Amino acid sequence: MANIISDETIEYVGILAKLELSGEEKEQAKSDMGRMLDYIDKLGELDTTGVEPMSHVFPVHNVFREDVVTNGDTREELLSNAPQHKDGMFMAPRTFDTPG
Amino acid sequence: MSKQYETVIGLEVHVELATKTKIFCGCSTAFGAKPNTQTCPVCTGMPGSLPVLNKQVLKYAIAVGLATNCDITRYAKFDRKNYFYPDNPQNYQISQLYLPICRNGSVEIEMEEGGRKTVGIHEIHMEEDAGKLIHDEWEDSSLVDYNRSGVPLIEIVSEPDMRSAQEVIAYLEKLRLIIQYLGASDCKLQEGSMRADVNLSVRESGAQEFGTRTEMKNLNSFKAISRAIAGETQRQIDLIESGEKIVQETRRWDDVKGESYAMRSKEDAQDYRYFPDPDLAPVVVSDEMLEQMKEEQPEFRTEKMKRYKEEYGIPDYDIEIITGSKHMADLFESAAALSGQPKKVSNWLMGETLRLMKEKEMDASDLRFSPQNLAKLIALTDSKAVNSSVAKEVFEVMFEKDVDPEKYVEEKGLKTVNDEGALRSVVEEVLAANPQSVADFKNGKEKAIGFLVGQTMKAMKGKADPATVNQMLREMM
Amino acid sequence: MNILDMTAAELSATIKAGRTTAVDAARAMLERIEEQEGMYHCYVTVDSEGAMAQAREVQERIEAGELTGPLAGVPLAVKDNLCTAGLLTTCSSKILGNFVPTYTAEAVSRLKKAGAVILGKTNMDEFAMGSTTETSAYGATKNPWNTNYVPGGSSGGSAAAVAAGECYYALGSDTGGSIRQPASYCGVVGMKPTYGTVSRYGLIAYGSSLDQIGPLTKDVTDCATVLEAISAHDSKDSTSVERQDTDFTCALQDDVQGMRIGIPNDYFGEGLDEEVKASVLKAAGELKKKGAVVERFDLSLVEYAIPTYYTIAAAEASSNLERFDGIKYGYRTADYAGLHNMYKKSRSEGFGEEVKRRIMLGSFVLSSGYYDAYYLKALRVKALIKKAFDEAFAKYDVILGPVAPTTAPELGASLSDPIKMYLGDIYTIAVNLAGLPGISLPCGIDQKGLPIGLQLIGDCFQEKKLLRAAYAYERARGAFQLRPGTDKRMERNLPNGKQTKGTEGAEKIKQTEQEGQSHE
Repeated sequence: MANIISDETIEYVGILAKLELSGEEKEQAKSDMGRMLDYIDKLGELDTTGVEPMSHVFPVHNVFREDVVTNGDTREELLSNAPQHKDGMFMAPRTFDTPG
Repeated sequence: MSKQYETVIGLEVHVELATKTKIFCGCSTAFGAKPNTQTCPVCTGMPGSLPVLNKQVLKYAIAVGLATNCDITRYAKFDRKNYFYPDNPQNYQISQLYLPICRNGSVEIEMEEGGRKTVGIHEIHMEEDAGKLIHDEWEDSSLVDYNRSGVPLIEIVSEPDMRSAQEVIAYLEKLRLIIQYLGASDCKLQEGSMRADVNLSVRESGAQEFGTRTEMKNLNSFKAISRAIAGETQRQIDLIESGEKIVQETRRWDDVKGESYAMRSKEDAQDYRYFPDPDLAPVVVSDEMLEQMKEEQPEFRTEKMKRYKEEYGIPDYDIEIITGSKHMADLFESAAALSGQPKKVSNWLMGETLRLMKEKEMDASDLRFSPQNLAKLIALTDSKAVNSSVAKEVFEVMFEKDVDPEKYVEEKGLKTVNDEGALRSVVEEVLAANPQSVADFKNGKEKAIGFLVGQTMKAMKGKADPATVNQMLREMM
Repeated sequence: MNILDMTAAELSATIKAGRTTAVDAARAMLERIEEQEGMYHCYVTVDSEGAMAQAREVQERIEAGELTGPLAGVPLAVKDNLCTAGLLTTCSSKILGNFVPTYTAEAVSRLKKAGAVILGKTNMDEFAMGSTTETSAYGATKNPWNTNYVPGGSSGGSAAAVAAGECYYALGSDTGGSIRQPASYCGVVGMKPTYGTVSRYGLIAYGSSLDQIGPLTKDVTDCATVLEAISAHDSKDSTSVERQDTDFTCALQDDVQGMRIGIPNDYFGEGLDEEVKASVLKAAGELKKKGAVVERFDLSLVEYAIPTYYTIAAAEASSNLERFDGIKYGYRTADYAGLHNMYKKSRSEGFGEEVKRRIMLGSFVLSSGYYDAYYLKALRVKALIKKAFDEAFAKYDVILGPVAPTTAPELGASLSDPIKMYLGDIYTIAVNLAGLPGISLPCGIDQKGLPIGLQLIGDCFQEKKLLRAAYAYERARGAFQLRPGTDKRMERNLPNGKQTKGTEGAEKIKQTEQEGQSHE
């Protein structure tokens, strides 16, 4: 396997993706990701110099809406799926002062 | 002796745009609604919902870009900035990183010591605001309100061209004026419709390289910005002097304590994994669209100043003050048109208005009285229906509550008494009661008449025209 | 003819003629579901009450002359990643185990307006990530042709429900083959339209730039009918395309005279099962017989499609699935210490293995230092793949090939090796990368008694050519049994789960192939 995924990398990806893996899962994830990256490395065989990255397949552009209010008060519906809510608001664990 | 340092400052200014609806959905942006009542599947991150760009957001962003000498990006895109936080319902914010709508602009600021300076604008991009978090002490939880989620913002990123708090404030005031003139936002720092993050580093005077910078957030007033710049400059100098390293980080300013602290946590990787949002189509700005936008740009301050001089013939100083706020300029122009008396309108603004604003620590954009009522008040004084001191009294009420001066004067019985007989008998009484003053006047003491006018006005409860009173006193002596 | 054995179009005509009602059709379907679900598990949620209520309402409106369309009164199944207001929508994930949407996906709304009756929500690979429907948190769906085999995925529940006669048609979604491949494994027709043809509003996103909703049906006529009903520009979806030519049923013509059909050599190389190959080439022969010009050509870049796809899809998925955080809806872990721990535990407990694998890969390829090397590189290769198709479509009206290298694998055989599973998508994936339409329809049965699928790929917006070719082939092929012994089962009134029946069906189709004609 050309791509060796370190513990640090898996830990870091876990922080980014907000996933917590058990020891066993971590080993599996390291090996899976390594194999996938080896496979993806195949793309390196292709010379893509001067090729524009294509994010949208069709040249659809300038899709706008007019600045017209359409919402009604749907708060009750909105909160109906919330694991916890209070005073018309979603309830989340306390946020410390560091958004990020 | 210690070394000399230079502070290098760049700003990231977020401006909330004055659209009726959010950037990617039709929810109202009106302020003050009950929590989560201005929401829909899009701005609450419901699964399967999709964003569609509000055209007015693009128009405002381009207008600000044109007014700040930016190049308008002809092929712009939206990118996702990924980070988890409860106020961010999708856990990614739709913003622009790779192809922002405006780039390479600049504004000129006036320096305190005289002269001008150009502050470069690196880019302006469009993005969505986050929701509001309220701390619930009882439950030790955070409560999330998504009414603000998806409110359109532009972020104006300057070059690190500023060197002092004065320059920063001059730059912010300039931006605010431009944006207010465009009607793109009311730009109120206290209310958060304009927010500035300060990127600051220090270096030894004369050094070419920049030092390590920090980003300061939570600055809600010009005063807080000044204090934060002073505080952070000192903190960095102290670190350098003591041989420590400055860490590139985001810091939160606590204006009450007058100090900042780092916002970083272990869970905060600061790796936003930006990539083009596949749910939004790219924006292509055509020549036609750009030309039309240029034509639609409003009259800015310099043009207005020139026109005021030619059209109204009011003093330069007045023009400077009046055009210093879009709201005041609008007020002036309307009242001048309604009353046909630009000079008098200007006098009211420069005199009583400024005095009361200062007294109440108000901003020009907070003026509440209407041009209609100011024009009415001017008409009342012109027709001598009220004298100037009554007019000032009425104005003060109007300034507070925007009352109709005609009705107010009528209701309070403040109209000048034009009944000559009534006035004559009062004057007679005053003359009879003040023989000494009459004698002084007759002996050539011109000043004595002032006392007698005052006594008469007092007896008339202010409802007389002082000039008429003066005339009558002279005649009767 | 028993109403259960009708196609959607046939049922609708029968209802319109007053010979049956939407209520009878819904009831019959619900009874069959009740009877068979224990064997196949096509559905995550069956909405018996809702379906009956809708059927009664629709029937009244049909009788009042308000609903006259070709789908009025016809019951369908909806993949569980399409939001349905008031009806549980799980994406076959634990993390959405209790999620009841407040709004309905645009494609489903359009069908409801046309008088459709929703029977329930079909099982799928969790968040559409998988090729077997085994990654569902609610148990695997079995292939109705042989319950030891998978139905394919990710729209496996939809394909199996159509094949098992547990609905007249179904909606699925296709990100890398998720409609076409299960259609192939289950012997039904499945189509992925051109990107932007069907609104994605209300489709819970996997890979937003690749996802499209499409029909799974009993035949090509139904496929065109359903596609026509769900295709429309939607101002709520910025990637929705405005097009005028969505009268797809007009393309149902048995005429391929002069149609240029290209067979990519690259689709017939190593890894392709011999039986599949023979069947697909035989199908090409049928079209040639009908006057199509059939040629072989080199498509190129085929082997790069899978790594490109997995990079892009995983990247988009990692971002799309960030919203599942235990705050607004869905699963929240019971015990946690602080915000980030809540996020991590809820997501780790709520997502299955395959989903986590792709989220991690996606987060990695977008992360600082790897974005250019992986993500941008994949977008560049995507541009090359698109170009290769553009060149092919300059020469051909339609590209013909297999849907998958093999027929359905046995249950449990794929999950142990993810990459091997990914390789099964080799013929379908490039179509999504290039935004093209593709259709899968049955063209044979292998020795194991499992159906083989034929794939036709068209240029962007050329669904009509595809449908014409598919329709012509279907006529040449003759009727294809939905599932072994369907008719007999009904005659005997017996549940059918015995594997031996597979051979019967296989014999039947082989016979038809030999006859080489329709026996409708």
